[in-house]
Amino acid sequence: MAVTANYEYVGVPADTLANFHGNQIVYACWDQHLLLAAPFICFVTPESLFKDMVTGSIMPLLESDPDFAAIDWSKVEWLKSNQPFTPDFEASIAGNGIGHKDQVRFRTPNLNTLRAID
Amino acid sequence: MSTVFIILQANEETRSIVDAIMIDNPNAVVKREPAMIKIDAPGEMVIKRETIEAEMGRDFDLQELQINLITLSGHVDETEDTFSLSWNN
Amino acid sequence: MDMKATKKKIGMKEKYRLLTRDLGWETTYQTKEDIYPYATYEGIKIHDWDKWEDPFRLTMDSYWKYQAEKERKFYAIIDAHAQNNGHLNITDASYLSALKIFLQAISPAEYASHKGFARVGREFPGVGPQVACQMQSIDEIRHAQTQIHAMSNYNKYYNGFHAFADQRDRIWYTSVARSFFDDAMSAGPFEFIIAIGFSFEYVLTNLLFVPFMSGAAYNGDMATVTFGFSAQSDEARHMTLGLECIKFMLEQDPDNLPIVQKWLDKWFGRGMRLLTLVGTMMDYMLPKRVMSWSEAWEIYGEENGKALFNDLARYGIRPPKGWDLTGESKEHVSHQLMLGLYQWRFGTSFHGWIPSNDDMDWLSSKYPNTFDKYYRPRWDHIKKLEAEGKPFKNYGLPKLCQTCQLPALFTEPGDPTSLCQREVTYKKEKYHFCSDSCQDTFNQEPEKYIQAWLPMTQLFQGNSGGGGLDAWMDWVSLQDGVDNGDYHGSEDQKNFDAWKSMTTSNK
Repeated sequence: MAVTANYEYVGVPADTLANFHGNQIVYACWDQHLLLAAPFICFVTPESLFKDMVTGSIMPLLESDPDFAAIDWSKVEWLKSNQPFTPDFEASIAGNGIGHKDQVRFRTPNLNTLRAID
Repeated sequence: MSTVFIILQANEETRSIVDAIMIDNPNAVVKREPAMIKIDAPGEMVIKRETIEAEMGRDFDLQELQINLITLSGHVDETEDTFSLSWNN
Repeated sequence: MDMKATKKKIGMKEKYRLLTRDLGWETTYQTKEDIYPYATYEGIKIHDWDKWEDPFRLTMDSYWKYQAEKERKFYAIIDAHAQNNGHLNITDASYLSALKIFLQAISPAEYASHKGFARVGREFPGVGPQVACQMQSIDEIRHAQTQIHAMSNYNKYYNGFHAFADQRDRIWYTSVARSFFDDAMSAGPFEFIIAIGFSFEYVLTNLLFVPFMSGAAYNGDMATVTFGFSAQSDEARHMTLGLECIKFMLEQDPDNLPIVQKWLDKWFGRGMRLLTLVGTMMDYMLPKRVMSWSEAWEIYGEENGKALFNDLARYGIRPPKGWDLTGESKEHVSHQLMLGLYQWRFGTSFHGWIPSNDDMDWLSSKYPNTFDKYYRPRWDHIKKLEAEGKPFKNYGLPKLCQTCQLPALFTEPGDPTSLCQREVTYKKEKYHFCSDSCQDTFNQEPEKYIQAWLPMTQLFQGNSGGGGLDAWMDWVSLQDGVDNGDYHGSEDQKNFDAWKSMTTSNK
């Protein structure tokens, strides 16, 4: 049994999709840019477009990083669930296979001003 | 050998207790910090009621240590006459 | 007239036996299983409860006598502190961020611990541990009370203290301590005693109390020093209870070893995550520092732990999983969390700030391997943004670890440039973790952790005030612009500076 208990115990997950009233959670993270201390929440509908999540939810949060303006979004590398991923910007979140509480990570190789100093 | 320690609040009562501990545990080392006194000893520390009473000038119940104790390290053994700390290694 | 104390008629051991052990009895018309329904389900086997040794042999009459003495001393000092405007003796009112975190996160944990020990004091079939647990339960409620009383005087003059009870339930960083105790209290009695009595009270307690209390002493906070020492004198009994319980379990049956080890691994991991708050406080929130978190870990963690685990090795116990990672992480975690607390300071019921140049020099000297390399560049950039009139606030609300509930801001062991990313799919739902340890804990009992009330996702469900940030602030009783935000320019700072100058001026 997936918990130590005195009887057959089944928990109720607190964060199922149904609890978010038509929206879903997507976590996003700019790898190696730790000014933003942790991956952050994007709150989007499954039908909304990937590109709209990027421009509407992700980009506004990156402005404090000195490299923000220099990002070439066409060259950004993505991961989903820690695996390489090529998003379709014109497709929906659901269409991109981004499920509720999935995490996307993006990388900008050779662009990291606030990197570790040797 | 592992170190045992006891940390006591720094006040008038513990002055005598610390003196007593140092008499009975010559290998112990005292470290004073704001408001507290740490006493380290290699392997074992034995605190004796009789010595405390001699230093303090009054009867002393070893359980009174509870009032001024901050923390300790080691297995505790308590009798009417001694309070000891030790590690088995 | 000379009075000689009468010679005691009964020795200490005998008195203890009569006033505790002999309170137990063999049941006749109810079964042991019905009276103690939680005694076996965790798989721990106890064959002889009489083998449990009582380290302190405290009887109730002695308990009341010594506790009453501590209370009298304590409240005398608290009264004097209040009467003499002791709050003005602190080094700086920025120090109070440490106390606000303590009151919101730790004091309610004392109360939770009280409930937990009352519960296990009922559930253990042995009289010895029953009595010790019941005493600890009373100790813990005393700790909650003394802490609240000690801080109540600060509440009269400074912001952020007023809603600690609601904030403990509702705010995000407090859920770290809340979930820690919820986890222990929803476990069985044996896991509870290993989690709290041993892993927390023995292995890690010095790392909570000694830094906070020394921090208070160094920063002129008499009230906190006083409650700290008053509580710590109880802690010695708690520590010995915890150590005695683990020894007892390991000596009763060899089958108990793997279960106890598994709990040590889990609770060491959870404990270290909880202590990140302490490390951050020590390194960033004390105007007069005591020592660095790294140094505190070396003394009270590494050295003391080595002695302890060398001792327990004869039972087959090894140091907990993750022990070896602390050598690296001790130089990182406080910086990682402070940067987080700073950027989310709009949502904290205490102030954050950018460390001064002197602060950063101290941090460089205490963290020669890590501060200048990884963290100064970020602080310098944050200073630059502040100077440009764009103080850095991160409205990207953080992903929280499903287990420890901290923002997932910890880095990959061996690579401080990358966040540690761990995820698990369980029954088609996705869960995220800050570390292998938290992921392992989840995987052992997923049905428990899938229920976690995570403050961030609850906000998006509409459960935390029902709206956006403003509604959330109302719901957690956070006064915007008063309780939160930067220390510099705060009401706390203005008031403290004004009142201090009044003490030496007749204007």
